[in-house]
Amino acid sequence: MTATMEVRSAGSPSPRARLRAYAHGHRSATIVVSMVLITAAMIVLAQVPPLSLIQRQNAWFDAFANAGTFVLLAMGLNVVVGLAGLLDLGYAAFFAIGSYTYAYSNSPFSQTDLPFLPMLVVGAAVAAVFGIALGAPTLRLRGDYLAIMTLGFGEIVPIVFLNLDKWTEGTNGIGGIFRPEPLPVLGEFSALSPFPYYILMVGIVTVAMILLYRMQDSRIGRAWNAIREDELAAAANGINTVTTKLLAFAIGATTAGFAGVFNASKLTIVSPEQFLFAVSFSVLAMVILGGMGNIWGVAAGALLVYLIQVVLLKQLNGMVEGLGIPFLTEINFLDYQYLLFGVALVLMMLFRPEGLFPSQRRRRELHIADELAGPIDEPAVIGSLGAAPGADELGDTSGQDLRGHDR
Amino acid sequence: MTAADQRPQAAEPMLVLDEVNTFYGQIHALQGVNLTVAEGEIVTLIGANGAGKTTTLKTISGLLHPRRGTVRFEGADVSKTAAHTLVRRGIGHAPEGRRIFGRMSVLENLMMGAFTRDQPTIPPDLDRVMTLFPRLRERTHQLGGTLSGGEQQMLAIARALMSHPRLLLLDEPSLGLSPILVQQIFSIVREINEQGTTILLVEQNALQALSIAHRAYVLQTGRVVLTGPAREVMSDESVRKAYLGED
Repeated sequence: MTATMEVRSAGSPSPRARLRAYAHGHRSATIVVSMVLITAAMIVLAQVPPLSLIQRQNAWFDAFANAGTFVLLAMGLNVVVGLAGLLDLGYAAFFAIGSYTYAYSNSPFSQTDLPFLPMLVVGAAVAAVFGIALGAPTLRLRGDYLAIMTLGFGEIVPIVFLNLDKWTEGTNGIGGIFRPEPLPVLGEFSALSPFPYYILMVGIVTVAMILLYRMQDSRIGRAWNAIREDELAAAANGINTVTTKLLAFAIGATTAGFAGVFNASKLTIVSPEQFLFAVSFSVLAMVILGGMGNIWGVAAGALLVYLIQVVLLKQLNGMVEGLGIPFLTEINFLDYQYLLFGVALVLMMLFRPEGLFPSQRRRRELHIADELAGPIDEPAVIGSLGAAPGADELGDTSGQDLRGHDR
Repeated sequence: MTAADQRPQAAEPMLVLDEVNTFYGQIHALQGVNLTVAEGEIVTLIGANGAGKTTTLKTISGLLHPRRGTVRFEGADVSKTAAHTLVRRGIGHAPEGRRIFGRMSVLENLMMGAFTRDQPTIPPDLDRVMTLFPRLRERTHQLGGTLSGGEQQMLAIARALMSHPRLLLLDEPSLGLSPILVQQIFSIVREINEQGTTILLVEQNALQALSIAHRAYVLQTGRVVLTGPAREVMSDESVRKAYLGED
């Protein structure tokens, strides 16, 4: 341990460390550049084997765009669960509210056709209002009780949409929703050419990611972190726990609202069964698998899980059928997606509880014992505190010389 | 202190509890507590388990609110004021059981303590608390949860100081510490007081607390049963029997 620490601090910084430091300092630019690179890479990858063997390029763009909805949802839920530490089991409700908001503004049912981009903001705002409305009376609850409340809310919302059939067309849902109007460069949005949806989605995800990172690094982010650790101590340190938790709920709901509007404009139909508990659960599983608290991690987790769930399992059916083995052809792999989810979650908790792409902080929390041996890398604050001479040397031995010293 | 000059020239002490009744649901924890703390004092609140010491501190810092009676701080009624507002108003609370952020580094903990402060005022404050507690300077980047009990207590006090309190509430700072560390913590408490912070100290370790305090209150089942200068309280026979272990 000591040896590796010395190597890290003594030698000149590796290119990777320099890149990391640069990315930390120019976060928004880094996000934009990364997203452009990823988007371009995915366009290329969709046209070459092995991806091109699985399905056509357009089908991939369609899948990527749909996956983007879940990337947004996962990033939003990450604020509530990963940053503020509030377990929300009814997150799909806000997704539903965003979707229905767009349906009411752009469908034959409502006989209105409002422009897409402003509606994106409106849908998010409406979801945020519901987030606050749900949060205000319930956030005094803690832990399990809050989770049960959100679970209830998540059940109520689709049932309301189902039963108010006079206003929601009940189980049929609202169909024939208008697609976004053509955008410059991207062109027409249609079922046949999903490419504009893909690019639009990337744009929304990029903006959301930049905003969420800014928030996470701000005072609010620190307040969320403190509340997640110890709410009473947070209050005793001058944090308004009620508004801070409410804000986490509202931000989460806003992000779900974005996802909802996009989703409705792409599927062109919204109906209550799109927003059942399975959605809330899937998004939560994406957040956990991806790495709670790490925005990039949960985004990657959501993309991965969605593609496995929707694309690969479907293809697996086709492939196995092609093999012609009687027993296997009868299996519909899509039926087993939640079983696979369950198994993946159990394995994850056993072997990598911090998720596939954990945040620094989470990793620290879960491997606290390892940290006894040395100081933590914190480039942002180390610089501001030059007044700690020899902190590094002393830090290394601290684990030993103090144990049992004062008890 | 500039804030002190702006305050109305009331004859009233800095903190006044007037017939404070606090409940946990049906449980009547504080049953008409009267207590004052004047600026510059160290006042200690002693009493057995369950007497209401911690409840009193929580009621002052806004983590609990009295059902009846008032808490006045610097002349204003703060009975219904939220805890986070009172931090800004100048009440710092190092709560029972330290409650440091175990998964944050020492520095991050201190920065959380400075949550209500303006950025430019933070570095000198950091320097001040690290001078008071040199141990924390050595452990700046260590996780709070990996500190020893004594260091955690130092961190809890230092964190509360980071908000620049004029009144500091300390809840059992000696809990679970060795006698040497208790001595050390108490001498630092006195030093903090000498630097101009008023202190209300809750303690089980009555002897230590009385030895540094100016005045003392003895709490029993939610009521103040005895009060006076610390020296007098220390020599009170019933106190000696109940808290100082004499027959």
